[in-house]
Amino acid sequence: MVLLFFRGKVRIKSIEREAMGRFISTSLSWGGSLTGILLFVALWEWGSLAYGSFLLPGPRDALAAIMNFWQQGELWVAVWATTWRAMAGFALAALLGLVLGLLAGLSHTLGRALEPVSTVLLGIPPIAWIVLAILWFGSGSLAAIYTVAATTLPVTFAGAQMGARTLDHRLQEMGDVFRVPLSMRLRDFYLPHIVSYVFPALITALGVAWKVTVMAELFASEEGVGAGMALARVNLDTAGAMAWIVVVVALLLVAEHGFLRPLQKKIEPWRQVRGPAMPG
Amino acid sequence: MLALERVSLDLGPNQILSDINLTVSAGESVCLVGPSGCGKTSLLRLASGAVEATSGQVVNSFATTAAVFQEPRLLPWQRMLDNIALGLKARGVGRGERLARARELADRVGLADRYEHFPHELSGGMQQRVALARALAVGADFLLLDEPFSALDVGLRSEAQDLVEQLVVDQGIATLMVTHDLTEALRLAHRVVVISGSPGHVVFEHWVDTPFTERSPAWLYEEAGHLLRQPVVSESFLFHPEPEVA
Repeated sequence: MVLLFFRGKVRIKSIEREAMGRFISTSLSWGGSLTGILLFVALWEWGSLAYGSFLLPGPRDALAAIMNFWQQGELWVAVWATTWRAMAGFALAALLGLVLGLLAGLSHTLGRALEPVSTVLLGIPPIAWIVLAILWFGSGSLAAIYTVAATTLPVTFAGAQMGARTLDHRLQEMGDVFRVPLSMRLRDFYLPHIVSYVFPALITALGVAWKVTVMAELFASEEGVGAGMALARVNLDTAGAMAWIVVVVALLLVAEHGFLRPLQKKIEPWRQVRGPAMPG
Repeated sequence: MLALERVSLDLGPNQILSDINLTVSAGESVCLVGPSGCGKTSLLRLASGAVEATSGQVVNSFATTAAVFQEPRLLPWQRMLDNIALGLKARGVGRGERLARARELADRVGLADRYEHFPHELSGGMQQRVALARALAVGADFLLLDEPFSALDVGLRSEAQDLVEQLVVDQGIATLMVTHDLTEALRLAHRVVVISGSPGHVVFEHWVDTPFTERSPAWLYEEAGHLLRQPVVSESFLFHPEPEVA
């Protein structure tokens, strides 16, 4: 009895120690990222001091410009417009890329037919799409959304195709022996495997989507972060331009670490734990 | 029972197996031995129904056939209990019931404290035990084992062999097991079948009459030596065909 109690105590201790260790490693990794960011900001500040705030406005000038946009009500309008366009284009490309990629991965003929198309799309520079989109759709949201979809489609397509193509035939044979029905096979065998290929592709596509949206807005829109940058260019407002850059980067970070990564953690818990447990 | 009658198998231009006659009765343990590349694994795939014979007849009248492969072949994204319960889920058993059965089997193969682990968190030996539990979960009366212990070290291997011996002796589950280890075959089989040649065919059959409890290591080595003194057997083990195609 005493021994049992003692063992229980040791166990609690070890759980505590584990939690503590996790806390330390989390804060270390956060601290590490923070150090990198702070170093970058310091370098930026130094550059601003060295070259003067007209050529390179410092972080404080950028923050002040952001506050200014906020007070004038421009900030949220621009953020919303850009986010909406990036997300709409991204969603379109993700959906279409997934469907086409899966089909292309499962059917070799279709894969052979679609692959060169994907390569051609990948080879066309985003700026060329923007010109075409303005010609076709006029300036406005549609041009930006179309450009985003056209540039990110090949990325999601390739991810889904690779996923469908690399399904493990040994697992399929196992499925045959255990008479796994098709519906369960899709859900338990194919889907998790494909997701593990599609997620990295989606994260890449998301980054591209923001950048392309801003670029499209610069040429083809009256509102949004890109339009704000166009205005800053006309007014020779370098601090404003820097401010919009900070806003875009922040948006991208929020979308990736606030949405996609947590989603991945939720869908793929098996990727979070590493290394075999010691037998014991 | 399983009956193969004059079975041949071609894969592409290569004839893998020719004119195989083999039966496995209920509760009988049959071990296939032979050099690598002689078509043992193909024979197992014929028995499991994964491939069809080019000619001849394969009749499997066992109620439930399950298999353990050379590698564990677990779903990496599912926890251990879900992996064990895979066959039950495929048969439409409800979640609560199949997890309870899986827990029972996990206990039986000695993995009681690792229900929620993912396959990559388990060692190779544990993974192979999960694969065995998965095969047992469907209540198989016929088990196909394809060199299931070849990747395990000596200690784990002997442990896993104990487990299979229990299945054969205590539960009367019929097994057809491929191995390249004669002593392993002699330890676990009622009958050892030697396959050799290219295309592979049965060259020798050996009934093991000694009770399982009397099969000591010394006896195993002596018996293996005995078998290897048979010209057909020694020839087939010294014979080196081209690398395996299947």
